[in-house]
Amino acid sequence: MSAQLARALFTRRAALKAGALMVGFAFAGLSGRAFAEGAVAATRRLDPHDVDSFLAVNADGTVTLFCGKVDLGQGLRIAMRQIAGEELGIGVDMIKYIEGDTALTPDQGRTSGSNGIQRGGMQIRQAAATAREALIALAAQRLNMTAGDLVAQDGEVQPKNGGVGIRFAELIGEREFDLKLNPKAPLKDPATYSLVGRPLPRPDVPAKCTGSFTYMHDFTVPGMAHARVIRPPAVGAKLIAVDESSIKHLPSASVVRIKDFLAVIADDEWAAVCAARALRAQWTEWSGLPAQDKLIATLRGDPDIKDEVLIMRGPAGPVERDGATMRSATFFWPMQSHGSIGPSCAVADVGSDAATVWTASQGTHGNHKTFARFLGLPEERVRLIYLDGAGCYGMNGHEDAAADAAILSRAVGRPVRVQWMREDEHGWDPKGPPQLLDLSGMVDSAGRIFAWRTEMWLPQTTQGLPNIPLLAPAAAGLDEVRGLEPGLISQNADPPYAADSVQVVAHWLKDAPLRPAPIRSPGKPANCFAVESFTDELAAAAGLDPVEFRLRGLADPRGIEVIRRAAALMNWQTRPSPGPSKSAAMMRGRGLAYVHYKHSESYVAMGMDVAVERASGEIRVERVACAFDCGQIINPDGVHAQVEGSILQTLSRVLMEEVQFDRSRVTSVDWNSYPILRFPDVPRLEIALIDRPTERPLGAGEASCTPVGAALANAVFDATGARLRTVPFTPERVKAALSAA
Amino acid sequence: MASYRLRINGVERTIESSDPDQPLLYGLRGIGLTATKFGCGLGQCGACSVLIDGRATRSCLETVADAAGKSVVTLEGLGSVSAPHPVQAAFIKEQVPQCGYCTGGMIISAVALLTEKQKPTEDDIRTALEGNLCRCGTHVRVIRAVMAASGQGG
Repeated sequence: MSAQLARALFTRRAALKAGALMVGFAFAGLSGRAFAEGAVAATRRLDPHDVDSFLAVNADGTVTLFCGKVDLGQGLRIAMRQIAGEELGIGVDMIKYIEGDTALTPDQGRTSGSNGIQRGGMQIRQAAATAREALIALAAQRLNMTAGDLVAQDGEVQPKNGGVGIRFAELIGEREFDLKLNPKAPLKDPATYSLVGRPLPRPDVPAKCTGSFTYMHDFTVPGMAHARVIRPPAVGAKLIAVDESSIKHLPSASVVRIKDFLAVIADDEWAAVCAARALRAQWTEWSGLPAQDKLIATLRGDPDIKDEVLIMRGPAGPVERDGATMRSATFFWPMQSHGSIGPSCAVADVGSDAATVWTASQGTHGNHKTFARFLGLPEERVRLIYLDGAGCYGMNGHEDAAADAAILSRAVGRPVRVQWMREDEHGWDPKGPPQLLDLSGMVDSAGRIFAWRTEMWLPQTTQGLPNIPLLAPAAAGLDEVRGLEPGLISQNADPPYAADSVQVVAHWLKDAPLRPAPIRSPGKPANCFAVESFTDELAAAAGLDPVEFRLRGLADPRGIEVIRRAAALMNWQTRPSPGPSKSAAMMRGRGLAYVHYKHSESYVAMGMDVAVERASGEIRVERVACAFDCGQIINPDGVHAQVEGSILQTLSRVLMEEVQFDRSRVTSVDWNSYPILRFPDVPRLEIALIDRPTERPLGAGEASCTPVGAALANAVFDATGARLRTVPFTPERVKAALSAA
Repeated sequence: MASYRLRINGVERTIESSDPDQPLLYGLRGIGLTATKFGCGLGQCGACSVLIDGRATRSCLETVADAAGKSVVTLEGLGSVSAPHPVQAAFIKEQVPQCGYCTGGMIISAVALLTEKQKPTEDDIRTALEGNLCRCGTHVRVIRAVMAASGQGG
C-alpha cells in the first residue's frame, strides 16, 4: 500500500466514516514529515474511560469501533465487532474498525497475556452497553416513550411492540456521546444473543488467501529507503571499524554507523541485501555466554539469585507422614525462539520533531513511551501504527525492527524500511527464557497429595519497566530503560489439586543468557510441564490411574468437567501408568494433563495418544484430545483455531525446539538448525469447546499451550515407563531415558 | 541494468535488475506482486512459493535470469477476493489462515499438487506440503481445505 493510498484510507476512515462525531479531530499526519510540517495534533478522545474513545456513530448509519488491541491472526477483528455489535444492536457488517494506532485508538494495553477479549473486549462491551443506554434514552425522549419499551437492534432504536424506529445516526450521528464508560450499564442477557457465540468468518481471511492483504512487509512510503542492519558476530561485540570501500561496487548503497549500530541503506531492496553481505566490518571479540552444555549448572550457581517465597500454604517446615516417601524430580525447559515465519519488518518516518512508525508489534501503545524516549521526542509527537506481520506469539523482532527503522530514518532524513533476514530473526529475536524447576512431593495412603514443593530458577521481571533493551538504541547509545520483562513466567507452578502443604519458591536470576521476552503463554508451558508431569509421577508411585488421581484432588466443577470431557474423548481406560506395551518395539500409551490457566482463567484438559519407537527413540503423536472452557465463547471458530494453533505450536516446542548457542552467539539461525513441526508430524486433533454463555469470557490464545508438554511426557511414560523431564523430547533424549528406565 | 522478460500471471512483464543473480522473489515484490513473501531466503520455509511453468518453486532461490522467458503464477494470479481459485475458495471457507504469512505458499503448493494428482490422499497432502512451514498451527485446516478443494470430504 502506498502512503498516498494509506493517507486516503486514513482520511476517509477517520474523517469521513468516523464522521464529524470526532469534533476537533484533524489529520494528525501520516508521516513524521507531516508532523514536522506543523499539522494539527490529534484531538480524538483516547481516554479508555470515555465511550467516544471506542465508538463513533457515523452519519451514514455505520459505527466505527476503535480498538487498542490488535489482531495478530487470532481473530479480534471479528470478535470485537461481535461484542460491540451485540451490545449496541447493530450488525457486524455495519461496523468499521480501526486498531492499534496510538493517535486514534485508546490504550488498552499490549495485546498479550491472552487478555484481548477478557479485558479489551470487556471494555468495548461496556462502552457499547453505555452507548446503547444513551441511544435508547435519546429515542425515548423523541418518541415520548419509556426506555423500557424500546430496544436497540439493526442500528435503530425501535419500540418493542412494533412501530417505526429511529436510526442511531439520526439520534446521535455527527455528535459525541460525551459519556464515561458506565460499569453498571446493563448488559444484554446472553439468552438473547444473536452475534456473540456464532462462528462468523474473520474479515481478513479472503484477502490473506488471495494476496491482496497488506502486511507490514508490503507497506511502502514514497521516497523510502531499504535498509539492512548488520548485527555483530558476537552478542556483546563492539564495532571497531567499517571498510566502506567493501561496498563501492554497489553505488546506490551507503553505510550508516552510530556507535555500535551498523546498517546499510539503498534505494533498492536487493542492493541493500547485497551491501549487507559484502560490507566488511571489524568487531571486538566477545564470549560472555554460558556454555550451553553447562546451562543448568550456570542457572543454579548464579551468584546474584534473589529468593522469593511465592506460595506458602500449610506448615512451613518439612512435612512428614508415616509410610510416605518423598519423591523429587528436576525439569528443564530451554530457551526458544518465537520462530516467526516472516522475519521482522518495519517502516519509520522520523523528522526532527516528530515520528511515525509502522510496526507489527503487539504493543503499539505499549511501545509508545519507549520510542519517544530513545528518539528524544515528546510522546504526542510519536505515533505508532499497527500493521499485520508474520505471527509473533509474544515479543519477537518486531519491536527491534521498528527501533532500527526509526533510528535509521532519523539518521538519513527519509523514510526507511528495515527487513530482517532469517538469521537476524532466529539469532536476535528475544528468547523465551530457560526455566529450571526442582519439584518434590508426597502422597498419603489415601492417594492424595499432602506435601508439595516447587523451586524454580527463572529470570526476574524488573518491576515497572516497559521493555527489555531494544537492540538498536542500546547499540547506538541512546537513552533507554534497561528492564527485563519475560512475562508472568512464575504462574501455575503449584498444583491445582488439594494438598496439606504447598510451597513455591522462586530463585530469581538477575538476567538471562539471551535477552528474555514473553513467548506464548509465558512460563506456563514449562511450569505446567513440571507440575503435571510430577503429578503423574506421584499417581504412578501411588499405583493410581492418572485421571482418577487428579479428580480426587480437585473441587472446581469446571476443572472436573474438562478432565472428564477430555478423558471421554480419549476413551480413557482406567488403570495406572505405565501401560502394557512398555517392552514392545513400538510402544503405545496415553497421557493427560490439566491446567486452570493462571489459576483464574480458562480450564484445559488435554490427552494424547503416542507411539514411541524403541530403536529410533522417535515419538509419534497420533491424537490430541482437548476439552477447553474459556467461559462465554464469542466466536467458536476463532476459539477452535486458537486451540488448534496452541496445541500444534507447543507440540513443536516440546518435540523439537531449543536455541543453540556457543560462547559468543546463537548458532541455530535457520530452519535446519532450529526445526519446527511439519505436516507429517501433525496429529489428529479432537477439540471439545465448552461454552458457558453466562460466565465471563476468558482468553483462548494461550491456555491450551500450557498442558501440552506434560500430556506428551505422561503419554510417553505410559507407553515406555520412561520419564522425560527435559524439553525438547529429541530421539536422543528419548533413547537415553529408555535405557535409564 | 538488464531487463528480464517473463510471463507473470498471464501477462508479459519486464523485471529490471543489475544483478542476474537477484532472486525472482525481489523482482516480483519490486513490481508490486507482494503476495509472494520473504520467509527465509534459503528455500527452507515455502513462504515465497510461486508456480513456474506449473511447478511449485521457491522464488527466493530462483534467479531472475533463470526465470526469464518462463511463465510465473503468483497467489494474485490464481484468483481474487471476488473470483477466487477453487483452492483459495476452500482456504477461505475453512478459515485457514491465522497470521496468514505462510498461507500463500501453502495455496501455491496445493495447486501444484492438485495439478499432478486430482484426488490426493491426506498423506499425499502432508508430503506435498512438508516443505511449507506454518508457525500458527493451521495445518489441520490446510489439509481439510486441500481435501475439500479436490472434492473430497469437507
